[in-house]
Amino acid sequence: MKNVETILSEREKILGRIREALKVSAPPPGSHDETSAHSTTESPASHAREWLPSVGESSAEQFALFTKNAADLKADFQLLASRAELPAALKKIANDEKWSRFASHGGELSNFASASLGLPVLETDKGYDVQEMEKCDAGITECDALIAQTGGVVVTTRSAGGRALSVLPPHHIVIARREQLVADLPAAFALLQQKYAANYPSMISFITGPSRTGDIERILVLGAHGPKKLTIFCF
Amino acid sequence: MTVTLFIPCFMDALFPRAGISMVEILERLGHKVVCPNEIACCGQPPFNSGYWDEARTIAAPVLEKLKSAEAVVIGSGSCGAMIKKFYPELFKNTPQAELAKQVAARTWEFSDFLVSKLGVTDLGAKFAHKVTFHDGCHGLRELGIKTAPRALLSKVVGLDFVELKEESCCGFGGTFSAKFPMISTAMGEVKCAAATETGADFIVSNDSSCLMHIQGLLSRQGSKLKTIHLAEVLNQQ
Amino acid sequence: MSFVSEFKTRASEKSRDLRHRSVIRTALRSYEVVRDKRKAAFQSWESARQAAAETKWEAINHLDEHLVALTSKLEARGTKVHWASNGVQAREIISQILRDKKARTIIKSKAMTSEEIHLNHALEKEGFTVVESDLGEFIVQLRHEPPYHIVFPSMHLTRGEIKDLFQKELGDAPSDSPEELTMVARRVMRQKYITADVGFTGGNFAIAETGMISITENEGNARLTAALPKTMITLMGIEKVLPRFSDLALFLPMLATAGAGQPMTCYNTMYSGPRQPGECDGPEEWHVILLDNRRTELLADAEQRDSLHCIRCGACLNVCPIFRNVGGHTYGTTYSGPVGAVITPHLRGLQDWKHLSNASSLCGACTEACPVKIDLHHHLLQNRRNASASEPAFFERLAYKIFAFVASRPVLWSFAKKFGRLTQPLQRLVTGGVIDPARQWTKTRDLPPIAPESFKEWWAKRKESQAE
Repeated sequence: MKNVETILSEREKILGRIREALKVSAPPPGSHDETSAHSTTESPASHAREWLPSVGESSAEQFALFTKNAADLKADFQLLASRAELPAALKKIANDEKWSRFASHGGELSNFASASLGLPVLETDKGYDVQEMEKCDAGITECDALIAQTGGVVVTTRSAGGRALSVLPPHHIVIARREQLVADLPAAFALLQQKYAANYPSMISFITGPSRTGDIERILVLGAHGPKKLTIFCF
Repeated sequence: MTVTLFIPCFMDALFPRAGISMVEILERLGHKVVCPNEIACCGQPPFNSGYWDEARTIAAPVLEKLKSAEAVVIGSGSCGAMIKKFYPELFKNTPQAELAKQVAARTWEFSDFLVSKLGVTDLGAKFAHKVTFHDGCHGLRELGIKTAPRALLSKVVGLDFVELKEESCCGFGGTFSAKFPMISTAMGEVKCAAATETGADFIVSNDSSCLMHIQGLLSRQGSKLKTIHLAEVLNQQ
Repeated sequence: MSFVSEFKTRASEKSRDLRHRSVIRTALRSYEVVRDKRKAAFQSWESARQAAAETKWEAINHLDEHLVALTSKLEARGTKVHWASNGVQAREIISQILRDKKARTIIKSKAMTSEEIHLNHALEKEGFTVVESDLGEFIVQLRHEPPYHIVFPSMHLTRGEIKDLFQKELGDAPSDSPEELTMVARRVMRQKYITADVGFTGGNFAIAETGMISITENEGNARLTAALPKTMITLMGIEKVLPRFSDLALFLPMLATAGAGQPMTCYNTMYSGPRQPGECDGPEEWHVILLDNRRTELLADAEQRDSLHCIRCGACLNVCPIFRNVGGHTYGTTYSGPVGAVITPHLRGLQDWKHLSNASSLCGACTEACPVKIDLHHHLLQNRRNASASEPAFFERLAYKIFAFVASRPVLWSFAKKFGRLTQPLQRLVTGGVIDPARQWTKTRDLPPIAPESFKEWWAKRKESQAE
């Protein structure tokens, strides 16, 4: 019980110090910079869309932007004419990379993808052995959204089979529908809020390209700890 | 217009040519120039070192002298920033707070005064050399002066202008240069190397204090590259 | 040795080290190119900065409310929230969790807060094995040194040095190619994620509205650290809050742009709890430790409160000519560069650390680079003022008193100039030597001669002749 008391009191002590400190008000944000607009509205970031990189109006422009951004990130984006093209495209990768097994999760798109491969599959849904997943050549997941502005995808524990599936295997394959493309980051956050606000998945991850590092002489290397490759199929 | 010239202490003692050039240029443009003899220093050295009481001792009579000036013009972005930006801060909550703000509003760095206030860029100057420009940090960032000196130089006949590849501090920083000479010198070396790389004959600046530092290094290195104040270039007829 | 003389000694060595200068310049040049490109892609980087400053202002100036909201949301989903006033308490909370879990190995993703409380050293002393998983952190851990830079921990090392290090410490370094060296680290680390008992992370943002902690990274090491071990611990400063979930739409790209010149870093992940019912993996327990460690003292300084807006992007370090010449280790602090020079005197004592505020030319490149508009270089001036006011240096103050006396009296001033003109030839005789009064300058630089006729003398003569 002593421990609990200390914890409670430390919380109150810190909050007490904060409240004491805040009795004196601070100069307004950015006031040292005369060029700044002083407009503290209810939510200063609510106009983020007007300042972030532009994304274009039409869906065609946004797909073009996603394609360009994904390429810049060294992700492989394959926009398919229809779902029927997926099995052949997937099989090509599996053959080229000599997959012997892969991991996936239950879902309409991911099931369809898994079924088309005819390889041993580790399903994460009801729990799995991590060592087994580590031996998989790829992880196939669905996602919550593709973001034109960044060329990235959003996954959650619910949409993408848990926390590890999208990051442990060396090749992450995302299967998405065209209507999952959102224009920009504000739209992605709005979508997540709308979809999950009542009960958020314990992990939401914005994945923007395959894992990378520049820690050695600032030279880009892919596949630092996460996937070396990221392929996004969309139809 | 009557222009009150503020001659910084180092310009007075070390670089009088820059001040004289400013006088001649302003008079040629038809303005009356006055220069109160009583003003020696803006108070920046003690201010930057944290001795604000001592800075006020110097600055308070300066404010009084400048009280009725129509326009105060300074040939240094650094001293200009002291008056325009830091006097209001220094005199905050003192009886001179309002005066500090008023004087700040009427104070101009020389190149900015010519271009923004007088609307002049062509001074009929000739200077047949390749030059590069060093932006003093105070002028650049405290006062936001970047285009004015370039606009003025672009009109100088025979002048071949080349930009530095990187924008960086020369390492002077007032008392910093004596308190941390090794860091200051390293920064200056980076600047000199960048200037040398341009192939220019002269480094021009609107701040003599930076030029003093850069020239000090160049002379020690035996470099042929020379420094010169913007006003002196603009006064070459 | 005092902190200031240690700083001066190291600064002297590093600022003369041309190899160091060139390694850092090369590394930062590639950063500058991509940063400028990414900034230009924004429709308005300046408006984004202002909005980010306003958002952080709101967060910090209502910090108590946001922290209460954050913790109640976190706790509602089974996260255990701890509060630590200082490093000792934070380390004790962490050790206690490790002992309770009978843990032996801890895998860590990058966390500057853990550097701040010297966590690794404390845990190793207690017999725990601590593995840094971020490549740069792993490299400096192998070298037994602190990170060189808050975002690029190993930027001071060349590939050759890293190859030699891997060869010596891991017995595995096929070549000096960055690619192959990275793969060595990848191989070493893979099993460690799986076998570690506890995963330890920092946090970049804490969302009060939804009770989430957002972690920004590129390598995937934090994702794995937060996915595989059974227990997860997150240590984070109390200033990391953002009011709303949607604020991340602005802050994530800004952090990536300012910090690394990326549109977004590779992984930006929001955690709102340990493994939830129906989820197939993730830690069974998640402990979040909120660290004060004198941040509330900084908060109490209204003038410099905005330094708590810092999102630790490192942009101010990257543009700082002091940092670029003296290097990260010279500071002797967890947070180096301009922001370190501003906050360290608050976190570790003004008189001991005021020299960091003095070691600046006040060029203002930092303030210009800061994505949340912290008034960094003016805070350095304020630290100088506060240090002089609370404990003036006797001779320095005396010197300025004399200077002020002379400079405010025209007759004395003009006499001083004449005196200087007369004595300067004497100074020339001893230039740069130990008895040269100007030796701090003249060791490396020439002094300009005092003009035979000062401006004021010219002006007075001219007036006379005009009067005639």
